[in-house]
Amino acid sequence: MSRRATMLFALVLAPVMSLAASGKVLAEEAQRWAVNMPRGVTSVSNAIYDIHMIAFWICVVIGIGVFGVMFYSMYAHRKSRGAVAANFHENTTAEVVWTIIPALILIVMCIPATSTLLKVYDTSEAEMDIKITAYQWKWQYEYLGEDVVFMSELATPETEIYNTAPKSQYYLQEVSEPLVIPVNTKVRFLITAKDVIHSWWVPDFAVKKDAIPGMVNETWTSVDEPGVYRGECAELCGQGHAFMPIVVNVLEKEEYSAWLSEKKVEVAAIRELTKKTFTLDELMAAGEEAYNRSCASCHMANGEGIPGVFPGLKGSAVATGDISKHLDVVVNGVAGTAMQAFGGQLSEVDLAAIITYERNAWGNDTGDAVQPIDVLKFKQGQ
Amino acid sequence: MAHGPAKGIGRWLFTTNHKDIGTLYLWFSFAMFLLGGSFAMIIRAELFEPGMQIIRPEFFNQMTTMHGLVMVFGAIMPAFVGLANWMIPMMIGAPDMALPRMNNLSFWILPFAFALMASTLFMEGGAPNFGWTFYAPLSTTYAPPTVNYFIFAVHIMGASSIMGSINIIATVLNMRAPGMTLMKMPMFVWTWLITAFLLIAVMPVLAGAVTMMLMDINFGTSFFDAAGGGDPVLFQHVFWFFGHPEVYIIILPAFGVISHIIPTFSRKPLFGYSSMVYATASIAFLSFIVWAHHMFLVGMPIGGELYFMYATMLIAIPTAAKVFNWISTMFRGSMTFETPMLFAIAFVILFTIGGFTGVMVAIAPADVQYHDSYFVVAHFHYVMVAGAVFSGTAAVYYWLPKWCGRMYDESMAKMQFWISFVGFNVTFFPQHFLGLAGMPRRYADYALQFSDWNMVSSIGAFTYGASQLLFLFIVIRTIRSGTPVSEPKVWEGAEGLEWTLPTPVPYHTFSTPPEVK
Ligand code: HEC
Ligand SMILES: [Cu+2]
Repeated sequence: MSRRATMLFALVLAPVMSLAASGKVLAEEAQRWAVNMPRGVTSVSNAIYDIHMIAFWICVVIGIGVFGVMFYSMYAHRKSRGAVAANFHENTTAEVVWTIIPALILIVMCIPATSTLLKVYDTSEAEMDIKITAYQWKWQYEYLGEDVVFMSELATPETEIYNTAPKSQYYLQEVSEPLVIPVNTKVRFLITAKDVIHSWWVPDFAVKKDAIPGMVNETWTSVDEPGVYRGECAELCGQGHAFMPIVVNVLEKEEYSAWLSEKKVEVAAIRELTKKTFTLDELMAAGEEAYNRSCASCHMANGEGIPGVFPGLKGSAVATGDISKHLDVVVNGVAGTAMQAFGGQLSEVDLAAIITYERNAWGNDTGDAVQPIDVLKFKQGQ
Repeated sequence: MAHGPAKGIGRWLFTTNHKDIGTLYLWFSFAMFLLGGSFAMIIRAELFEPGMQIIRPEFFNQMTTMHGLVMVFGAIMPAFVGLANWMIPMMIGAPDMALPRMNNLSFWILPFAFALMASTLFMEGGAPNFGWTFYAPLSTTYAPPTVNYFIFAVHIMGASSIMGSINIIATVLNMRAPGMTLMKMPMFVWTWLITAFLLIAVMPVLAGAVTMMLMDINFGTSFFDAAGGGDPVLFQHVFWFFGHPEVYIIILPAFGVISHIIPTFSRKPLFGYSSMVYATASIAFLSFIVWAHHMFLVGMPIGGELYFMYATMLIAIPTAAKVFNWISTMFRGSMTFETPMLFAIAFVILFTIGGFTGVMVAIAPADVQYHDSYFVVAHFHYVMVAGAVFSGTAAVYYWLPKWCGRMYDESMAKMQFWISFVGFNVTFFPQHFLGLAGMPRRYADYALQFSDWNMVSSIGAFTYGASQLLFLFIVIRTIRSGTPVSEPKVWEGAEGLEWTLPTPVPYHTFSTPPEVK
């Protein structure tokens, strides 16, 4: 039914499509001019797709009936054809009938809707748990019990967004590091946010759940086919709302285990780096990159911020003053403002590099080199 | 009572005449409609192509927010209050509104509210940018400082609406002509009576919500701040307890207008008058108990989800009854298709499509996919634009000749109808596709697979926008130089007290109440 339904959809609703010629072109055009929901790759997404199609066809049938009568009478009962108005203005039978029939249809629709909803809500017996934390404007994925946690943020460069470079295929749908999960495994997501409300949506999984500060919402998925699936933040969360995509890489189970062990080694290596002493130049180079990734969305790449909303760091008292105050702001954030606590989001190495960068870029020129170990000591000393 | 209107600007500033005040409301709402429309044009221009071309995301959010707020509170609501002011006294045979001075006040505070709100566009930090639904904590902890102006503006609008509603209720309940029992009242009066009660019930809730925001922002409370023991979801419950009835506040008077136009041009009485009244009342009642269907993804317990899903579906029944009644009114009538009728028929078709998608989004599991996507944007523009705006336009074409004694240019008006109709559908129908394909709403920029339909939608929007300028032109031309009409019944099939008055309607009418059969 799926393909035929889509085709019908397309033929009825988008006559443009019928112009496209042969098979391949048609497929490409169908993708560009997509008109329907994806069937998706989970049992829930399939169930939802079916309900959607049932509801759609019920609406089409009712629509044809109702508008059919209307168009008929617009044609047949027009004054220009000499129609003389009848004078009836009520009919109890008809009114009772058209109250009962919609009621019955609705009851019929409620049955699959209820059973699918029960399925959506059934987070029991999950095989693994992933905690998803939303920040303005990125996602943090934490593999509970595995000591693996990382940030996933937009990888599309500003140049593409502001049209100075051509847009790549996955424009605004590519991230620094995708979420990785195994196929055919019931994964439970524990979703929360640190600042405003966001919503984690992957259409192919039919998973969408609000990420709300101070609350942990649960949902789940179990993906039938390996592949790369893309989604986005669905709840307005500020200026970066359109710029915090989701990418999920679904792997075969063995590949997933291999990825996980590799990831653990990587985490250990980064921890190791914390002990190293870097030169000012190394920190500046790493800092610029990390700053642009994590801070520039608010404080701007030129350090000037957005007046009245986000303070500039160029020449700011904090960025040119006492280092421990600077560390405090970045590690712990400023409560009640958009300035988040980055202590838990970034590694010591990144934090040290960013702070060094902020203290020396844009003419701040303090000459301070903050080392990862300083950051670690600051964190531990609290 | 024999005198005419005062001269000069004083006529408008100090007027207590329901027709003058109605006119003020209508012009104000049209001005706001153009303002909100120009915000929409900026939004659609930015979304014409992927990539940020003309504005920055920060400003984009201000545009979507201001578009929603201005259209809902500045354009649509005042438009129907304007129609109520003009028509209710004439329909029930009253000389004026019951509380004419309050009537003046409730209008004149509105321009201040909107001036205050629009002025934030020029302030540091920019205008409100948290969406017209202003969910906390984006609208509290994370809001620009101008949020305080927004809160004050909402309070003023609320006060205006409440005063307007009290006035309508007082007028309808006390000033009907002898013999006009409640069940003989015209549908427009009925729908407004019910709407006025809705407004009085929910505007204070909105005021409560913004006051709690004000406290959270300025006085250290934590109603909506989880860190202080509050709950961001509480905000949504309070907001939608106001917000859901609000959509019926907008649409019920539109139903009323359509229930006059269709019988007139079908030359046949409204089918099922009493069932229309009961349907309106039950829609109004149900509108209070379904609010959380806007919040299916906040993590409600499953019992709550099921309840809100079932309750919401119930609304489809009285709404469907209304559509069936309109179609039965047309059935075996003797129809002609002047512009008001064209808009009314378009209303029935497009509103029904919006109703269909409404039932779809009410299905909680399916809403997992629809929620906060462009599908929802399409849905509510089908009910708000094709519902409220089309019926408002229909009302103006329908009553304008009566008000000013001049007929609009029929062929130009028909052209305006067809441009609006095509423009509207080209704008919003593809948004269903975008939403189903996975494009979230309120996105300043989007992935490449959404490019084509967005471009189509933008082209439609520019067309629709242009058709509104044509509408303005037609109305002004009618008032200044339309063909004079003088028979009381401007339309052959029109029924009701308002059509017994001379055309154009004198400044004071029904100084002695008419007798209703
Ligand atoms: C979501 C927006 C946002 C992001 C992202 C952000 N900041 Fe901030 N930042 C703010 C805001 C808002 C303030 C002002 C807080 C206040 O009111 O004191 C601030 C303040 C600061 C200050 C103090 C400036 C001063 O002069 O008072 C520093 C330093 C700072 N941020 C560093 C950073 C660093 C480093 C990053 C990246 C790791 C970062 N910020 C990312 C919003 C942000
Ligand atoms: Cu977000």
